[in-house]
Amino acid sequence: MRLEARIEQLAPIPLAADIVCERGELLALVGPSGSGKSTILRCLAGLHRPQGGYVRCGNTIWFDAERDIDVTPQARRVGVVFQHYGLFPHMSALDNVAAALGHLPAAQRAAKAHAWLAHVNLDGLEARRPGELSGGQQQRVAIARALAREPQALLLDEPFSAVDQVTRRKLLRQLIQLRRSLDIPIVLVTHDLEEASLLADRMTVLHHGRTLQSASPTQMLAQPVSALVARLTDQPNLFVGKVLRHLPAIDTSEIEWLGRRFFAPHTPVFPVGETVCWVVPAENVVLVREGDSERENCVAARVAECLVWRGHASVSAQVDGRGDAALSFAIGASLAVRRGIIPGTEIVLQLQKSAIRLLPSDPAVIR
Amino acid sequence: MDWQALFLTLKLAGATALLLVPFAIWLARHLAWSQWRGQGALEAAIMLPLVLPPTVLGYYLLLGLGGASPLGQVYHALTGRPLVFAFDGLLFASLIFNLPFAVQPMQRAFASIPREVREAAWVSGLSRWQAFLRIELPLAWPGVAAALALTFAHTLGEFGVVLMVGGNLPGETKTIAIAIYDQVQAFNDSAAAGMSALLLALSFLAVMFVYRLGRSGGRS
Repeated sequence: MRLEARIEQLAPIPLAADIVCERGELLALVGPSGSGKSTILRCLAGLHRPQGGYVRCGNTIWFDAERDIDVTPQARRVGVVFQHYGLFPHMSALDNVAAALGHLPAAQRAAKAHAWLAHVNLDGLEARRPGELSGGQQQRVAIARALAREPQALLLDEPFSAVDQVTRRKLLRQLIQLRRSLDIPIVLVTHDLEEASLLADRMTVLHHGRTLQSASPTQMLAQPVSALVARLTDQPNLFVGKVLRHLPAIDTSEIEWLGRRFFAPHTPVFPVGETVCWVVPAENVVLVREGDSERENCVAARVAECLVWRGHASVSAQVDGRGDAALSFAIGASLAVRRGIIPGTEIVLQLQKSAIRLLPSDPAVIR
Repeated sequence: MDWQALFLTLKLAGATALLLVPFAIWLARHLAWSQWRGQGALEAAIMLPLVLPPTVLGYYLLLGLGGASPLGQVYHALTGRPLVFAFDGLLFASLIFNLPFAVQPMQRAFASIPREVREAAWVSGLSRWQAFLRIELPLAWPGVAAALALTFAHTLGEFGVVLMVGGNLPGETKTIAIAIYDQVQAFNDSAAAGMSALLLALSFLAVMFVYRLGRSGGRS
């Protein structure tokens, strides 16, 4: 079944969002805080009634404003993992899971709850109350409880925000494994783009309650539809340039940036002379040898910052010494050492033509 | 010891606690979990009996329940009895002046239950009623028990409002607090001392019970 929704409201948070999540798919709703992603999740679960729109799961209508249908959360058969898990603090882990097994005869509930806890590797901890479990264990109880309902859709509201970094990585791996066995739509709300990229088949970017773009994480990074999406997905290399000419014969549009010429894929929607935003993903900014500076799309820059972490060096280099013209890229830490990349080093970078994307100008987005 | 006054007092305190607490649970949940225009005014009104002089509260209750009042007339028409200077009126007054003692601890207890926990109950398939009985009430229990104990203890000792609304009719409105006053007026110190000691012990036990609940609630 497919989970499909249109959520509309004017207040308290304006919402105009379209959500589609296929069976077996994990959709990540991303956006800054206040973008309405948690409210949308609550609408899907029936915990918040929007003013307009609909929510459908398979052939079942959960909400339809026009037809005045609003199925209760109890009747929606949806599993929800809340940000702070919402475990029942006075009940054991086993009873927490059993509480969601009301659809089974009472005699079967304990055995089934045991099975669900074993499924999330919590055997032996059945008798513990939430307060006696670690954050990661609590999250797994919450997942077991959400799945115990045999839901038609699974909703995860920032499920990794309340655990430390190490636990988070472990839980992420477990969720990646677990979701392979789930054949239902899964919607994950997160503000963490790394988390979304790791887990999601598709991402929907939200801003002020509106869906801006839905695409796979790779596509979202490579082909943002607007400068705002590029900014919200944390693309560092987003700048303003001007279209100089179009060369359709060689599939090229030439742009000007800081008095230099760069080649981008042919994008005739922007007329010659128009100011545009352009973006290039960090992985398509390549460190080249100084002798190669005459190659296509090469630019000299001075390293402003080089952060080494877990074998990677994240480098920011300024063109013409301008803080608003800093190109970011990542290289292996050993290469950074070999090439002597430290703040102040002069380097040459090549911006891969095929990865440059021209976008409508949006002065509000450019810092 | 004025046994008649003691039993009347226990009857009044028990009836007040049992009648008031269910209503106060409903009101406290409402105040804890929703926000609406005029809520502040209602909360202030509920707290009034804590700060008003008992004579002032008693005066208004006397007006509100008296034979000339609509409530007093309806009650008289239905039962043939007056509300003031009778046990029923005393019980009614007791329900009013105990509101803050019943509502406050429960409002705090319900407010301390995270919204996520209540919503998790609903999305787990528990009906509103099941969620109330299996999740909310057990979690708010220290507050409910505190409300019961405080209401009971406060009714035992209330003097001013009882005197204003109920007067001093043995077997009908004469509570132990009023009996103590009578004994002191009559220079019967030993009787006053015995009854005072009993009230002191009962009140102390009730307050200690509330504190114990508070500590055990904090631990879980």
